[in-house]
Amino acid sequence: MMTSAKTAAPTISVDGVGRNFTVSGQTLVAIEKIDLDIQQNEFVSIVGTSGCGKSTLLNMIGGLDEPTSGEIRIEGKPVDGPGRDRGFVFQTYSLFEWMTVEKNIRFALEKSSFARAEKDELVAHFIQAVGLSGFEKAYPKQLSGGMKQRVAIARALVYKPSILLMDEPFGALDAQTRGMMQELLLKIWEDHKVTVVFITHDVDEAIFLADRVIVLASRPGRIKKDMRIELDRPRSYEVLTDPKFAAYKREVLTDIREETLKALSAGQG
Amino acid sequence: MSTAQSHKPGRKKSRSLFQLRQDIPDRVFFAAGFVIPVVLLLMWWLVTSLGLVKPLFLPGPLSVVGEGWRQLTEGILFEDASVSVYRIVVGWAVATVVAVPVGILMGNYRIVEGLFEPLISTARYMPVVALIPLSILWAGIGDGQKILILFLGTFFQQTLMIMDNVKNIDINLIRAGQTLGFTNNEILRRIILPAALPGIWDTFRITIGWTWTYLVVAELVAANSGLGRRIMDAQRYLSTDTILFGTLFIGLLGLLTDYLFKRAGKSLFKWSSQTR
Repeated sequence: MMTSAKTAAPTISVDGVGRNFTVSGQTLVAIEKIDLDIQQNEFVSIVGTSGCGKSTLLNMIGGLDEPTSGEIRIEGKPVDGPGRDRGFVFQTYSLFEWMTVEKNIRFALEKSSFARAEKDELVAHFIQAVGLSGFEKAYPKQLSGGMKQRVAIARALVYKPSILLMDEPFGALDAQTRGMMQELLLKIWEDHKVTVVFITHDVDEAIFLADRVIVLASRPGRIKKDMRIELDRPRSYEVLTDPKFAAYKREVLTDIREETLKALSAGQG
Repeated sequence: MSTAQSHKPGRKKSRSLFQLRQDIPDRVFFAAGFVIPVVLLLMWWLVTSLGLVKPLFLPGPLSVVGEGWRQLTEGILFEDASVSVYRIVVGWAVATVVAVPVGILMGNYRIVEGLFEPLISTARYMPVVALIPLSILWAGIGDGQKILILFLGTFFQQTLMIMDNVKNIDINLIRAGQTLGFTNNEILRRIILPAALPGIWDTFRITIGWTWTYLVVAELVAANSGLGRRIMDAQRYLSTDTILFGTLFIGLLGLLTDYLFKRAGKSLFKWSSQTR
């Protein structure tokens, strides 16, 4: 059983963060006020209806967007733009099509101070870790969706960030591939010990992967529920039929349904 | 893919040519492209050889071919073509050299787009033919004027198209570059540019085609050689076969350019998932 009740400073600290957007002169509150502490090596899933601001929150943690109010700190230091302590995996594969698998991953190491031999080793290690041995010289065009996303994961981890931010990374994959990718991700997470923030709208996926599931309420986005998932690790697909899993799922689904109905009645669905 | 469809025997095959959005054998597709030109050619030949129209209005295919042969053997064709190709290449290249950086900056920086977009969007609707007097006033009657006309016909549209090519790349490629610690400048050169290049190449292919269509306009005034000039001269002497041959020949050169760009693009951007 994972316990995250550590006394050390949280790895990610979201402190009273709000985010407004101005759309044709009108102020739209995307995120009202979110407080969230994420501990080292924790796997946190964030779920919510579309438009609840979950991607906005992730972008702000990643330094790709700035809060309107409040502050986000990584290891105690305020976030000021993207940094190499964080890796990012996007929903679109976002690979550099003109580079081979190997070069895509190596590109991420260009700004690292590792020695050349170390870089070679890291690239080789992560290609192997995501199960792409033999595809080093392939171009993204030649790969399936799942394989492309594996390259993206390797690229986000190769420079050894302590945090991995994932924005619906398996959203575009078919159900079977998605299942395989989830298990692969858990294995990588267990082997490499990084802190993961994982955005998804798939409730099964959120629970299956995470130590903690955060449910966001929408318009404006805020935390509706922060739920600890007490399922044994390492997990395999069998956990999906565990009664405890079903109980978690019911709880999350109820929350999301409530939010969806609210959004619908407000004419935002 | 439609493997199930294509393996059905005999009878079904003919019908499957007219399935909605279904692929057909490459050979059939290729052959289909010749059907209409051949039919038109036959009709042309028929109509002229039966004497249904006067040669003044429409000379027969053979006399057009004969005219082509005459120009070829007398060396006129080569001379005209080389002058015209030179003008087109220079006009298009100058337009491209300016359009590429301007388009790329417009696609990436809203402020640059704000600066140029209103001007270029207006300018692209100015009829190039109407600019001939001004072009003569400013650039004289030499090659410079012809090149200026070709430049004006290409540049504005091309800039806007390149801006769109740049805007069409996945924003997450740029974000990925930012998370990996690259500077704006590096992202521009090493991510945005290569990602947009297949699209930009396609724009090259399309715009050089337009340059060919502007050729006659460019050689309308004060030219004494060139493929376009030859056609305009022929008008004066009512030599319809020269007009027809010249028009077809320009079309053919345009097609050839298009083909060369397509082929080059295919081998330059093998990695691109959007290569058609």
